[in-house]
Amino acid sequence: MSQATQEQTVSDDGVIESVSGPVVTATDLQARMNDVVYVGEEGLMGEVIEIEGNITTIQVYEETSAVSPGEPVTNTGEPLTVDLGPGMLDTIYDGVQRPLDVLESQMGAFLDRGVDAPGIDLEKEWEFTPTVEVGEEVGPGDVVGTVDETISIEHKVLVPPDFEGGAVESVEDGSFTVTEAVVTLDSGEEVTMHQEWPVREARPTVEKQTPTTPLVSGQRILDGLFPLAKGGTAAIPGPFGSGKTVTQQSLAKFADADIVVYVGCGERGNEMTEVIDDFPELPDPQTGNPLMARTCLIANTSNMPVAARESCVYTGITIAEYYRDMGYDVALMADSTSRWAEAMREISSRLEEMPGEEGYPAYLAARLSAFYERAGYFENVNGTEGSVSVIGAVSPPGGDFSEPVTQNTLRIVKTFWALDADLAERRHFPAINWDESYSLYRSQLDPWFENEIAADWSETRQWAIDTLDEESELQEIVQLVGKDALPEDQQLTLEVARYLREAWLQQNAFHDVDRYCPPEKTYQILTAIKAFNDEAFEALDAGVPVDEITSIDAAPQLNRIATTPDEETEEFVTDLTEEIANQLQEQY
Amino acid sequence: MKEYQTITEISGPLVFVETDEPIGYDEMVEIETPSGETRRGQVLEAASDHVAIQVFEGTDGIDRDSSVRFLGETLKMPVTEDLLGRVLDGSGQPIDGGPDIVPDERHDIIGAAINPTAREYPEEFIQTGVSAIDGMNTLVRGQKLPIFSASGLPHNDLALQIARQATVPEEAADEDEEESEFAVVFGAMGITAEEANEFMDDFERTGALERSVVFMNLADDPAVERTITPRLVLTTAEYLAFEKDYHVLVILTDMTNYCEALREIGAAREEVPGRRGYPGYMYTDLAELYERAGRIDGRDGSVTQIPILTMPGDDETHPIPDLTGYITEGQIYIDRDLQSQGISPPINVLPSLSRLMDDGIGEGLTRADHADVSDQLYAAYAEGEDLRDLVNIVGREALSESDNKYLDFAERFETEFVDQGFTTDRDIDETLDIAWDLLSMLPRSELNRIGEDLLDEHYTGDEEQEPVEATAD
Repeated sequence: MSQATQEQTVSDDGVIESVSGPVVTATDLQARMNDVVYVGEEGLMGEVIEIEGNITTIQVYEETSAVSPGEPVTNTGEPLTVDLGPGMLDTIYDGVQRPLDVLESQMGAFLDRGVDAPGIDLEKEWEFTPTVEVGEEVGPGDVVGTVDETISIEHKVLVPPDFEGGAVESVEDGSFTVTEAVVTLDSGEEVTMHQEWPVREARPTVEKQTPTTPLVSGQRILDGLFPLAKGGTAAIPGPFGSGKTVTQQSLAKFADADIVVYVGCGERGNEMTEVIDDFPELPDPQTGNPLMARTCLIANTSNMPVAARESCVYTGITIAEYYRDMGYDVALMADSTSRWAEAMREISSRLEEMPGEEGYPAYLAARLSAFYERAGYFENVNGTEGSVSVIGAVSPPGGDFSEPVTQNTLRIVKTFWALDADLAERRHFPAINWDESYSLYRSQLDPWFENEIAADWSETRQWAIDTLDEESELQEIVQLVGKDALPEDQQLTLEVARYLREAWLQQNAFHDVDRYCPPEKTYQILTAIKAFNDEAFEALDAGVPVDEITSIDAAPQLNRIATTPDEETEEFVTDLTEEIANQLQEQY
Repeated sequence: MKEYQTITEISGPLVFVETDEPIGYDEMVEIETPSGETRRGQVLEAASDHVAIQVFEGTDGIDRDSSVRFLGETLKMPVTEDLLGRVLDGSGQPIDGGPDIVPDERHDIIGAAINPTAREYPEEFIQTGVSAIDGMNTLVRGQKLPIFSASGLPHNDLALQIARQATVPEEAADEDEEESEFAVVFGAMGITAEEANEFMDDFERTGALERSVVFMNLADDPAVERTITPRLVLTTAEYLAFEKDYHVLVILTDMTNYCEALREIGAAREEVPGRRGYPGYMYTDLAELYERAGRIDGRDGSVTQIPILTMPGDDETHPIPDLTGYITEGQIYIDRDLQSQGISPPINVLPSLSRLMDDGIGEGLTRADHADVSDQLYAAYAEGEDLRDLVNIVGREALSESDNKYLDFAERFETEFVDQGFTTDRDIDETLDIAWDLLSMLPRSELNRIGEDLLDEHYTGDEEQEPVEATAD
């Protein structure tokens, strides 16, 4: 949404009545709920959130210092919308889709207010290649042509979903700006490369389907134990310092989605800068092109205005849905949804609404579920299939998962990656607790893993889960009596479980090789550990003391598989399992 | 200038005034009491016929006949390089008896957010000379790294030690052709006069004062003033960093008092309270302070923040440390147990964290083995700590030889690595060498976080005598 693309509508102007932080009330304003208005002499952008008699309440997306009663309020008559079109990838926006690089060139290093810029460059010319011919019938959502948006992504130009459609009357071929018509229809409608869509409204689809392909993340604990489906929803709650952001960033870097929309909602400025610095440098593991070529960043850091924090997740998901309509698999990371919920709480308390649990508004659960429901694997209006996967970080106060945002999120999402401060303290990363986490997609994704990776994928995984479960039970006893008091077979189980934790579950996000682990390698490491397990128990049955089994030279090498380059892994694992078997068999 | 004598209500730090013309939100106000005193305040809520004013210096002595002047602008901080060496009160007035401040510029104290695309990612190592920080929770320029402490712990000594010893080692400094200077901007909020003296004595003794700007809001100064003190501090810091190229270290103590003041204002305004009575917007408010740390592309200076907070009841889930931890780039924990064991500085490294460490260390920045060593120290110390619980139940004899090694390691880690006193300044090489000395107590095969080549280079343990055949190759 921007002034630049906004046609001047008849203004039903009002006057500011009062100002309190981001909440401004105005009188005599003829506006509908959720209309965008420009507040004060400086034209600060805001949105109507309450109408009572002649008084309209507005949440303002910019800082309101020195704004005073009596200043004008202008209504645009339109809800908050985003500009959709080529140029959104490889771009970083604030919470109301103003491109931050453009803002920097306009006002320097600090974000001033009252400056506006369109979400997509209206001047830039794109090479449009039509895919329809004169006379062809096209309907809403249909593809009429393509544009090479970035080196990785072909942008499909769609008939906007709110068009009637009809027969193509004329079609252009060549370089155009996004505001020029490239296809005209006999209904009189003109298709440009630019469309607008209100952020709070989901883009239409035909139907939601059951997802059956995993969003491969390259993270062993996620792919191996708690997989997420393309079109699925996941929550990552965790106290501070437990690695939410590192996990989100690893997913943004390595997940096998076509498009990634990364929403930094109320988080640290330096973290966003890190993403801006890193992503153009890092290669996309699927295509080898820079990651930025498939990424759209939305950064509303914690010190940027609170109302824009409330809107940034909607801006993000609307962009995600637009690419889904082209038939792409889109992954949206929202870091952190708690900040979004707190923004709702802050606005709500300024409106003096009756609070629900812990001061959050009573509509918190409804807003959260409406947001997550926009994820899914869809059949699109134009017949293609596309997906939006949503991964939301949650920052529970004090790391207490019983708080309202975590609980309401868990009621909706099907994958739960619980981050654990204890694991983080001992630098076990990703600090995802394998006892508490779950994925309800496991059974519907197993066929994919069994076909693509290994026929015994689910069996091997079950063995790992059982071993880890047994370890946590045994640990309770160890805490009381010490490890040496356990029977030998249980001591051996502890040793195997230790390798599962250290060689398989742990993964170094900062290591050049280890940061991305293809599912084949996830499986190979697991089978290597299982091979050690089987040989070791055989040796134990043959009467070898457990100390001698665990002290063989080759076993600690299991920890080195993860950092072995992917193409050498297979050989390394074969040699290692052989070596382990030899060393163990020598003992008896 | 608009002047009114229409005060309708005075409640705690708030004054309500009827007005007949529009007053801007956040605008500055002067209130003159009948006895001729002038108080300053700020508009908290502006409506067309009345405003709510928050008075910084307390409302005592104000009556309904007091006159209220609206200054028509928001609060500004007069800034100049001459502020270095000066001591100011919590609202920016000099209290050192020196000359008046002649400002070069006047900056709005509500800092604008730095555009994330204009930021430069912080990755220049600051050597604090404290092993527990340099070795395991490395501070970098432009970071915000709070100290989580509690009443009765020596957080001030640690902050002073950092302010005194902080340097950027030679190799890293070479990159900048002319090295920018260090400056310290110190903001005290509600600390006692005794603590303030401690800081001032140290600043004067070490000559640090001449490169410092000190803002003092003491425990008996008005609480509301505390809400503007850190903003004045940061405005000054930003000016020195981004316009005068200083590397500024900002120390804010004690953030807990700041948050108490926020709660007081919130209660006086009858706002709907959030957790434990603190206002719902406290996260945003704190973020507006902490996020003013950083570096900007193309400018030489930097703002590095070390806020100090005391956790009420040593409770890290209390809203103040909790919200802080979610905004800052890590935290340093001061630990009561270590303190009672006589370890100084009593930093508990396990819950401590520096998020920007990974990019600030390693070959060319500190040393190639830094990251692995730090990881291994964490893992080994955590293991030792776990075993301590067990020892209490089963006794040391019941533990395996390897477990006993971990226990010894944890012991020596505390007494040799962490316990260095508040006056020892260790460079990074020294810190890492001590670390290797400790790690070499453990069998080589246990050091699975460290690369083989680094082990070959630095590991000095006696591999032959280990019970476990530990030649991992």
